[in-house]
Amino acid sequence: MNHRIKNIIPQLLTLLFVVAVIGFFTINAQLNMDERGIDFGYGFLSQESSFDVQFSLIEYDGSHSYAKAYLVGLLNTILVSVLGIIFCTIIGVIVGIARLSPNYLIRNTAAWYVEFFRNVPLLLQIFFWYYAALRALPLPENTEPLFGVTYLTVKGYYIPRFIWENFDILVYSILAAIISIVFIRNYARKLQEEKGQQTPVLLISVGLLLIFPAITFVTGMVQLEVALPVLKQLSKTSFIYAEGLSIPPELLALVLALSLYTATFVAECVRAGVQGVSKGQKEAAASIGLTPNQILKLVIMPQALRIIIPPTTNQYLNLTKNSSLAAAIAYPDLVLVFAGTALMQTGRAIEIVSITMLTYLTLSLAISLLMNWYNKKIAIKEK
Amino acid sequence: MLKTLKTLTYLLTSIALLLSFETGAMAAKKSKTLKKTQKMGFVRCGVSQGLPGFSNADASGNWTGVDVDLCRAVAAATLGDSGKVKFFPLSAKERFTALTSGEIDVLSRNTTWTLSRDADIGLTFVGVNFYDGQGFMVRKSSGITSVNQFKAGVSACTNLGTTTELNMRDFFNSKGIKYEPVTFEKADEVVAAYDAGRCDTYTTDKSGLAAQRIKLSKPNDHIVLPETISKEPLGPVVRQGDAVWEDIVRWSLNVMIEAEEYGITSANADSMKSSDNPAVKRLVGAEGELGAAFGLDNDWSLRIIKQVGNYGESYKRNIADTGILPDRGPNQLWTKGGILYVPPAR
Repeated sequence: MNHRIKNIIPQLLTLLFVVAVIGFFTINAQLNMDERGIDFGYGFLSQESSFDVQFSLIEYDGSHSYAKAYLVGLLNTILVSVLGIIFCTIIGVIVGIARLSPNYLIRNTAAWYVEFFRNVPLLLQIFFWYYAALRALPLPENTEPLFGVTYLTVKGYYIPRFIWENFDILVYSILAAIISIVFIRNYARKLQEEKGQQTPVLLISVGLLLIFPAITFVTGMVQLEVALPVLKQLSKTSFIYAEGLSIPPELLALVLALSLYTATFVAECVRAGVQGVSKGQKEAAASIGLTPNQILKLVIMPQALRIIIPPTTNQYLNLTKNSSLAAAIAYPDLVLVFAGTALMQTGRAIEIVSITMLTYLTLSLAISLLMNWYNKKIAIKEK
Repeated sequence: MLKTLKTLTYLLTSIALLLSFETGAMAAKKSKTLKKTQKMGFVRCGVSQGLPGFSNADASGNWTGVDVDLCRAVAAATLGDSGKVKFFPLSAKERFTALTSGEIDVLSRNTTWTLSRDADIGLTFVGVNFYDGQGFMVRKSSGITSVNQFKAGVSACTNLGTTTELNMRDFFNSKGIKYEPVTFEKADEVVAAYDAGRCDTYTTDKSGLAAQRIKLSKPNDHIVLPETISKEPLGPVVRQGDAVWEDIVRWSLNVMIEAEEYGITSANADSMKSSDNPAVKRLVGAEGELGAAFGLDNDWSLRIIKQVGNYGESYKRNIADTGILPDRGPNQLWTKGGILYVPPAR
């Protein structure tokens, strides 16, 4: 009994303390807002926003509600985070492995890259890419095409746009391909375990992924048109590329800066992971006749990943939160659209900032959950 | 000896009590913000991050402009010295929060008076010190001479969180033109983006366009289109809930405008004390007790005129002589064909 009370009292006190702190802040805010004649409420979310956003993944204009504007900002934040995570992973893995290369030039180039990009503040890098690199690009009318059909200009990166017909059928065909690949892989594993027979799974998988969608094209179920960017004159000296897709320079700068910066940390995680696998493992694998590729794939990577994933998760979270620096260069992310313009137009600081904070928290927790799930999946399964 | 000391203490205490009662009675009339301002010894004034003619700091940190002069007038009225102002450069995004949270006491930052701002968010607009309207700036070489020549796909740079952002949408929408809005937090970033060719047009209040044009790499290569697409009455703002402070700021502005109307300038203010016109005498504190209503002395308005000057002097010094907008347009007195008309100070 005595013991239980001893256990409970500190917890009760902590709870009381937390409640008191939250209560104090709430009452304080309430009193001050009352005194200044500011009312509190989330009703504004359904009002017409009456401002436009430069770049949106969903259909939106000022006649939609503030809630929709919030969604536009959120999707833009997710877009830049996902792109950043993909690119930083690719660059990070390459650079991380390059740092372990026996080649002097490759090893040291990678090391210099990591040391340089990791030690320059991120905001400065964003400014560099936006104000120095991308602002120096030519105007649309003076731009030479890049890869034949794309144009990198000061107003944005214009690329061809794909116009799909029956896009859903294509998606189904890809899904069908993936499902069959899973079956084939399981079958191949069975063959390997029972008869020691090896199947070229990778080749078959790639083939299926190509054949299934190709059938939909050949039969004419899915059609694809490509709209190339066409130079359009707005006035005597002002041009844009119409028809195609325009990627705003703000997005380019942000993805470049975020992925190059975060990639340095990912590279270090990868290097640490590979070096964390003891040398004996590699030597043992070589002694039973595995090729270097097989050693990396079958012996080193499965063990290294366990060391790599948890710290890399942190880097993904950092990248997502750092994407809020977008507001500094006019990329319409959640902070700029919602905690910027919407906050200004409604004046509802407490409501909007609280929603924004909760959103970032939710995003971070979602990434964290996903990575934890993956981490568990690759963890050593004790038998 | 001991007795004398006791009597003395008694006497001193009663004097102190009496005095404190006296000041207490005076303070009852004073506003909370005024008390705080006098205790701190300076007026906390929110201004822009650099808009020539309105609020702009020079290399040595001296602020000038008509918005700045309004704050100086409040300082002259409440503290007796127009120099006792602490300026807080704020972005459009920060300005209202800074005011409602009590970080500043006057917001004098080319801010448009609108219904929702006045009614919704705990602010009170006290008057208009500049009548403006939104316009567009384009490159001369583009051949565009009217807003009707804009075509779909035009990109427009402007400031984030401003009425400009909303007017721009209304305008392009009414014309049925699809446009690309590019919004930055700082005015300098907008100017830089427009200058680099990121945008085809730069839109904001016309006074702002005229002022920011100086910052472009080749100011003469750009023109402001003649059309005005909105009403932008710019004026000082205070927090809601302190009616006396609100009055002080409102009448500091009104005094400057009325002083111009009666021809009182910083140079002749003292001699105007012997004027025959009672309205003039009231403005320079020689008649009536106008300051008492705010808990101020009677020379408050004289100090504004002497130390800051009347509205016309402020306009000439900051906006006309700097070449930003030599023509006063609507910001001329009602007696001279403009729309500046303030209630009488009596």
